[in-house]
Amino acid sequence: MKKREHLENTAEQEALAAQLGESDTFIDKMKRMAADNKLAVFSAFVILIFLLLAIFAPLLTPYSFDEQDLLSRLAAPSSKHLFGTDELGRDVLTRLLYGARVSLAVGIIPTIASMVIGVLLGMISGYVGGIVDSVIMRLADVVLSFPSLLLAMVIMYTLGDGITSIFIALAITSWAGVARVIRSETLTLREAEYVEAARSMGVKDFTIILRHVFPNCIPSLIVLFTLDVPSAILSESALSFLGIGVQLPNSSWGLMVNMGRTYLYNAPWLSLVPSAAIMLVVLAFNFLGDGLRDVLDPHLKNS
Amino acid sequence: MDEMLLEIKHLKSYFYTRKGVAPAVDDVSLQVPKGKIVGIVGESGCGKSMTAKSVMDLLKYPGRVADGEILLEGRDLTKLSAKEKRKVRGEDISMIFQEPMTSLNPVIKVGKQVREAILIHQKMDKAEAKKRVIEVFRQVGISEPEKRYECYPHELSGGLRQRVMIAMAMVCRPKLMIADEPTTALDVTIEAQILKLMKNLCDTTGMSCLLISHNLGVIAQMCDYVYVMYAGKIVEQGDVFTLFDHPQHPYTKGLLASIIHLDELPDRLSTIPGVVPNLMHLPEGCAFCGRCSEAMECCKTKKPELHDLGDGHAIRCFLPAEREAAHE
Repeated sequence: MKKREHLENTAEQEALAAQLGESDTFIDKMKRMAADNKLAVFSAFVILIFLLLAIFAPLLTPYSFDEQDLLSRLAAPSSKHLFGTDELGRDVLTRLLYGARVSLAVGIIPTIASMVIGVLLGMISGYVGGIVDSVIMRLADVVLSFPSLLLAMVIMYTLGDGITSIFIALAITSWAGVARVIRSETLTLREAEYVEAARSMGVKDFTIILRHVFPNCIPSLIVLFTLDVPSAILSESALSFLGIGVQLPNSSWGLMVNMGRTYLYNAPWLSLVPSAAIMLVVLAFNFLGDGLRDVLDPHLKNS
Repeated sequence: MDEMLLEIKHLKSYFYTRKGVAPAVDDVSLQVPKGKIVGIVGESGCGKSMTAKSVMDLLKYPGRVADGEILLEGRDLTKLSAKEKRKVRGEDISMIFQEPMTSLNPVIKVGKQVREAILIHQKMDKAEAKKRVIEVFRQVGISEPEKRYECYPHELSGGLRQRVMIAMAMVCRPKLMIADEPTTALDVTIEAQILKLMKNLCDTTGMSCLLISHNLGVIAQMCDYVYVMYAGKIVEQGDVFTLFDHPQHPYTKGLLASIIHLDELPDRLSTIPGVVPNLMHLPEGCAFCGRCSEAMECCKTKKPELHDLGDGHAIRCFLPAEREAAHE
């Protein structure tokens, strides 16, 4: 840590800095979160484990996701099939692991896409202002005024089934929230004295946005990311549950819940296992998001 | 007569708000000779900062320069294209702001921020630019410049941050430095150091400086020429000795009288009664009329013009004309 070299009596300085509400570096904040918020750290581990499971799915299970074993249909959990089998004798654990790929990809990829759109439009809107701002923000209002699931359904029907359509549908429905947050951040940052100082040095507007506005939006983006990922996962589950998302024989958690619904009485593990997985991942992202917000959001610093 | 670096002629910067037009800078003419320090002094909201921002073209919507010329070595800055203006900013004119705490980007190392300023205007590779930054850091009295280069703004004290700001303003060797209340946010001992540094820099580099302050002490110590502003207009101007020894305008007299002298503590502190008038609803006559101890009948109806008292000393007041009339 470079900081340590410059400061004598580090502990004292840090206490003073905390009192004054001064900002410390990103790494310091992460360390503080790790120390104060065990739940957030645990959540991060849960997410990491799910990611690893999804990535190494083919190595972790002897079965294939569409391999049918009609002789052992709806088998209860056993040592052979840890979470049992479904109505066509497919291994639930295997389908869960492959479903994790879809659910996490659907959580992360459209969220990143919507962030790219939201950040671009939000920063343009906030920095340029005037009529451009009005047009972009009214567009965002239109998107937000639709129930997002309904809008996603309409887009899915238009584009057809398939995972790419899900990505597009979810990105289109969720950029507006990001754009709003980033716009308001930009509005504040645009008035910051260091932006004026940069302008007084003859820095171009584009460079100012890139070097001075964007980096200061990153903490908000991290928090937004962890809050948007679970909502995207839930949306995909809902779409697949309604039958317009991922199609058989591919696997996704929402689809598994839907397919298991018919056998809820005879073979409850069919729906319960993917439901538990959804719940676990969504909660993990939410807890991590809360933890990050607590240390990154300057407004909550004193509480 | 000195050679003029910056000449502002009849500058009018107005704010076009929904409620009406606010003349933040109203017909201001001032001159900054080469290598001299010129001060603008006045209360909050009198248009000091707006004059500086007009020169830098940093006025924020709905404010803009409505009329007048800003000549830098004879070139009118108000007529330049956006690209040419950017080139002037930083390279010919640079600015130091009031708040060293917020004028630096918290997420970028200070050395890098200063280096950025060089790279915008000069073709130089990064290693060379870094050398130059460290050289300037040393010049503005930052100890251990190599170490400070790697610091984030929050790791530096207010005084150091202001030195970094000065370094940033100096690094392209500008002809004019505009300092907008550079020491207001600093404590008094640091203030003295920073002012001394600025004066030294001007003396050694031949740079001119336009110093904006509400602190008469700072102005008296630093400047060669002084302009006193009130409600968007210059009310008195002159060289620093004349102005402080023989203030003529009732406003300047009032300002000087409200300085506290430790050796002669009065029972009551002297103040100028009232507040600065609302720019939207300026009185018909002299803007200072309502607060003036020597107001006359004509002050209420007519706006005074600048009255030349000789040797570059001028005031915007009817008093000298009245006195002359009384003598005759």
